[in-house]
Amino acid sequence: MRAPAAFLALAFLPGPCQAAELVQYQIENGEIRASLTGQPGNPVRGRAIVAERQKGLCLLCHTGSFPEERFQGDLAPTLAGVGARMSEGQLRLRMVDGTKVNGQTIMPPYYRIDGLARVAPAFRGKTLLNAPEIEDVVAYLRTLRDDDAGQSK
Amino acid sequence: MWNELRSAGVIAALALCAGARAEDARRSGFDDMGPGTQAMQREDSSNPGMLSALEGESLWSAPAGPAQTSCASCHGEASASMKGVAARYPAFDTASQRPLDLAGRISQCRDQRQQAGPLPRESRELVALTTYVGLQSRGQPIAPPEDARLTPFRDAGKALYSQRMGQLNFSCAQCHDENAGGHLGAALIPQAHPTGYPLYRLEWQATGSLQRRLRNCMIGTRAEPFTYGGLEYIELELFLMQRAAGMAIETPAVRP
Ligand code: HEC
Ligand code: HEC
Ligand code: HEC
Repeated sequence: MRAPAAFLALAFLPGPCQAAELVQYQIENGEIRASLTGQPGNPVRGRAIVAERQKGLCLLCHTGSFPEERFQGDLAPTLAGVGARMSEGQLRLRMVDGTKVNGQTIMPPYYRIDGLARVAPAFRGKTLLNAPEIEDVVAYLRTLRDDDAGQSK
Repeated sequence: MWNELRSAGVIAALALCAGARAEDARRSGFDDMGPGTQAMQREDSSNPGMLSALEGESLWSAPAGPAQTSCASCHGEASASMKGVAARYPAFDTASQRPLDLAGRISQCRDQRQQAGPLPRESRELVALTTYVGLQSRGQPIAPPEDARLTPFRDAGKALYSQRMGQLNFSCAQCHDENAGGHLGAALIPQAHPTGYPLYRLEWQATGSLQRRLRNCMIGTRAEPFTYGGLEYIELELFLMQRAAGMAIETPAVRP
């Protein structure tokens, strides 16, 4: 019993566990309330990150209203309407490290460098997105209020 | 009376078949391919992997080493001596006390018995010889040896298969068990059965080994691939072959 409790405490302890270069954040009730940059993100840049396959990778798994991206995956729920379903803090936690929401998720942790195995040298110590990019994506996801938006091709 | 018995038998046999089919949800990557790519694999004359097999056939009888022996000098006709061999690899090698995959065994034979030096992993010659030897088992069911010495290695392979890795933090199982049949972008995720190797991959424009395929998947997760010939790949192969036991060898297959 003791070991899992200690593990959980460590996992949720803000600050000390994170590498120095990463912005520190606090998880409360399934949310990261504060912006990682202290500023609101830019939704237009956020959309570009989500739509660009090499950068965001989102559309490898998700669908959404991105007529310019023809090969969208089907491994995850549509992003349409996600801004209505989830709060800003929930979206931020989901982006920073989805495994904190669902330990089994296939969604990569976008802002984490610890606890990863065999990372290729070119990517070692690097997050998938940096803090301003996380904020841009969160700002964009917040604009996705309409459930139908994703269905239209 | 006889007729009745016979039809009862037929019905029982049909029921058995249907039962087996319903239970076995395993699909080769072949089943997920378009008809054009399937036809390319089926017809030897259009299957580019056959070029590699043909090259392997000529290497099989090419003399090499100080004694100028060929594989054929010792093994005779591959169609007889190598039949079914690929279906039971990787196998345990007593000399090195570790499992060897088919390519490793061929390279070992060439080095120690033919005394012509080992063949580098993924070299054209080694892929060709492995394809030719593999072809002698085409259509045969995968039959992993019941050798207790392999068990710890196979278990290690299973653990690797379930371990998350790389910057993207995926395990093999997350894609090939939990999301098989789904689409990662445009790519259909297969169940990852190692039935066709070495095989011709359209993306490679070449025939390559299972290790090359696994390397591709690891690079895709932004993980550092294992070194070619490394024990980890052979452990993974042991696990994958067990998981595919009974499925037919397709070497040389074609894949997108
Ligand atoms: C490898 C697949 C994969 C990738 C890549 C991926 N996701 Fe996800 N995502 C999922 C899955 C699967 C879920 C479903 C929930 C879970 O697994 O916990 C999910 C859930 C979500 C959710 C919560 C949705 C809900 O309705 O609960 C959001 C928001 C999200 N993803 C956004 C993104 C964004 C933005 C990107 C790109 C920056 C992205 N995802 C990349 C697989 C992925
Ligand atoms: C000097 C004789 C000799 C030569 C030359 C030789 N081998 Fe062998 N090979 C053997 C012997 C002996 C074995 C062990 C047979 C056994 O263990 O049952 C063997 C085993 C093998 C096996 C494993 C068979 C099994 O049932 O597990 C393969 C595959 C093989 N050789 C391929 C080759 C290839 C390919 C070449 C040519 C590059 C080659 N050999 C050259 C003698 C030879
Ligand atoms: C992110 C998902 C993903 C992960 C993780 C992944 N693969 Fe794959 N794998 C694929 C896809 C997609 C293909 C098919 C590629 C294509 O058709 O272009 C594939 C193909 C394969 C094949 C070829 C099957 C055939 O029919 O020839 C094997 C074997 C395989 N993977 C094994 C593995 C192993 C072992 C691991 C873990 C080390 C792994 N994969 C990790 C997505 C993945």
